[in-house]
Amino acid sequence: MAPSVVLVTGVSGFLGGHLAARLAADPSIDRVLGVDTVPPPRDLLRRMGRAEFVRADIRNPLISKVISGTSVSTVVHASVSAGPARVGGRTAMKEMNVIGTMQLLAACQKATSVTRVVLKSTTAVYGSSSRDPALFDEAMTPKEMSSGGYGKDAAEIEGYLRGFARRRPDVDVTVLRFANFIGPRIETVLTRYFALPVIPTVLGYDARVQLVHEEDALVVLQRAATEKLPGVFNVAADGVLLLSQAIRRAGRVPLPVPQPAVGPVGKLFRSARIVDFSPEQMRFLNFGRVVDTRRLREEFGFTPRWTTTQAFDDYVRGRALRPVVGDGWVDAVERGALAAVKALG
Amino acid sequence: MADDRSRTRRARSAPADDAAERPDARPPVPDAGSGARVIPLRTQARRARNATEPSATVEEAMAAHPSGGEPDEGPSAAEEAVERLFAFLRRRLDGEYTVDEFGFDPDLTDNVLIPALRPLYRSWFRVETIGMHNVPDVGGALVVANHSGTLPLDSLMTAVALHDDHPARRHMRMLGADLVFRLPVVGALTRKQGATLACSPDAERLLSSGELVGVWPEGFKGIGKPFRDRYKLQRFGRGGFVSAALRTGVPIIPCSIVGAEEIYPKIGDIKPLARLFGAPYFPVTPTFPLLGPLGAVPLPSKWYIEFGEPIRTDAYDPADADDPMLVFNLTDQVRETIQHTLYRLLSQRRNAFLG
Repeated sequence: MAPSVVLVTGVSGFLGGHLAARLAADPSIDRVLGVDTVPPPRDLLRRMGRAEFVRADIRNPLISKVISGTSVSTVVHASVSAGPARVGGRTAMKEMNVIGTMQLLAACQKATSVTRVVLKSTTAVYGSSSRDPALFDEAMTPKEMSSGGYGKDAAEIEGYLRGFARRRPDVDVTVLRFANFIGPRIETVLTRYFALPVIPTVLGYDARVQLVHEEDALVVLQRAATEKLPGVFNVAADGVLLLSQAIRRAGRVPLPVPQPAVGPVGKLFRSARIVDFSPEQMRFLNFGRVVDTRRLREEFGFTPRWTTTQAFDDYVRGRALRPVVGDGWVDAVERGALAAVKALG
Repeated sequence: MADDRSRTRRARSAPADDAAERPDARPPVPDAGSGARVIPLRTQARRARNATEPSATVEEAMAAHPSGGEPDEGPSAAEEAVERLFAFLRRRLDGEYTVDEFGFDPDLTDNVLIPALRPLYRSWFRVETIGMHNVPDVGGALVVANHSGTLPLDSLMTAVALHDDHPARRHMRMLGADLVFRLPVVGALTRKQGATLACSPDAERLLSSGELVGVWPEGFKGIGKPFRDRYKLQRFGRGGFVSAALRTGVPIIPCSIVGAEEIYPKIGDIKPLARLFGAPYFPVTPTFPLLGPLGAVPLPSKWYIEFGEPIRTDAYDPADADDPMLVFNLTDQVRETIQHTLYRLLSQRRNAFLG
């Protein structure tokens, strides 16, 4: 059964905007509303077709009027953001994420028309530490949680959503914990990081990185919005890349930074507005994170089309990243070595 | 443009990958018209030994390089070694290798890490393995061993033993303490070598996917015990390894390692320094810290690694893993088996260094 009215938050972002566009293209859905504080870029707006843009702040009680006034049946909360720069600093980001969600859920709780809530969450809720098991499944909790940051925000938001689900048992609640997004079009901290010519890494650590392709993420969000699939699901591609391996595949040059210098270097990058790295994301560079996607495949019924490696290669191709240092010299050295061996023989 | 680049890159690395997959594949002969080729005996012998290994190791490649090859029409051993070395380098530089979810990097393990440990295994400790037939060729199994030696060289040597001396050349997936993974360099290399954190989700995931898992249940109590307590098994954790084996129905293979106790005889422990570094102990050995970095050289004891009769767990129900009495009994059985084997091996040994 397709929902009649869908409300998507965060439509100025890549995922929210493209999700609204996909839902608008679905004729079985009567109405698609997109909410954000800033209007989407023009090309995204054009893609969104018949979806209506509502300029509203979800921290404002006005959102309640929008939901009840249009009798929204499905709410897709896709505005939880990882990048403080986008919303203007860490404090504003936390307020937007946590307080915004509280307001949105308060509005949903009052609106009897709402039957389904989908949350775009993140695997950052599992944290990242040396004491982690190799793979997290949905039932596991973090060993060490950072005191602040995106992961903490997402964990708090999920907590509020669980409270909401208890108070409104008639509403189907889907929590999608996405791994780091990658792809030719999406803009995230990670896509900017791998586009740097020289990539700072943590000396002596090699994180296991699991990604999810932007298209797979959109398909999962769309299915969660249009089908009855309650539960918590990890959404990530199969396979793992090591950070060093990913850097080599992108043709970049790694710059290992000793652990004590990581903080200052991260701050430098943040203030120079190159890459907006929060401390918890730097912990991610130490240890990485891999999740178990059995539930996604078996219960949600979705198998990602891209593996982590394929998704990463698609990103490298899409961004036309050229190797900073060509590997032609390997051929030259090999020819030289072979010639030397021949001459010796 | 980017497409071109990646395509050429893939295309270039493709033959190398193919060659790596077929052990008998030879690089194309430059002047094929000459027909017969002289294949150096040394290479042949090495090939026979490495029959199941995908490609010869970098170490061997490097060893073969300066020695030069016999003058002949085809590519000599040295040339092949150089080609293999560069195929490996290119794979590493392009990131054209795969790691599993645990971070295990077979390409690096087979070509760098195990070859680096091999001289220690073959020439320094002269490890002798006994009862290798008790380790299955395929499928999950849990190797449980005694832990000793101040530094965990015993686990590394067991990994080399199972790779080099087992007919199926198995990779042992070790379960390590979280301290190991917190360390820079060591932690990353340990994961690439196939280890993961000692916790039941990881152990069960590895065992149920048919991996050979190695565990040292004594942990720091075993490896950091004073020299006077050598070959006295410590408490075997809380029996978590038995539960994991019961849940997955894999056999437990008791493994007794003799010789590792003598490599760094720990005669003292500087507690304040250990606390300062956040380490479980700060060892004092006859050579460390007295001789500084030289103290890191292990004493060349003669080693024996014996794999005992497997203890089957598939007769039990997976739910029996929650029966503490059964778990304790099995834990004791494994512990007793290892302790008795240790005593037997020790009684047969005349000298710690000569065997």
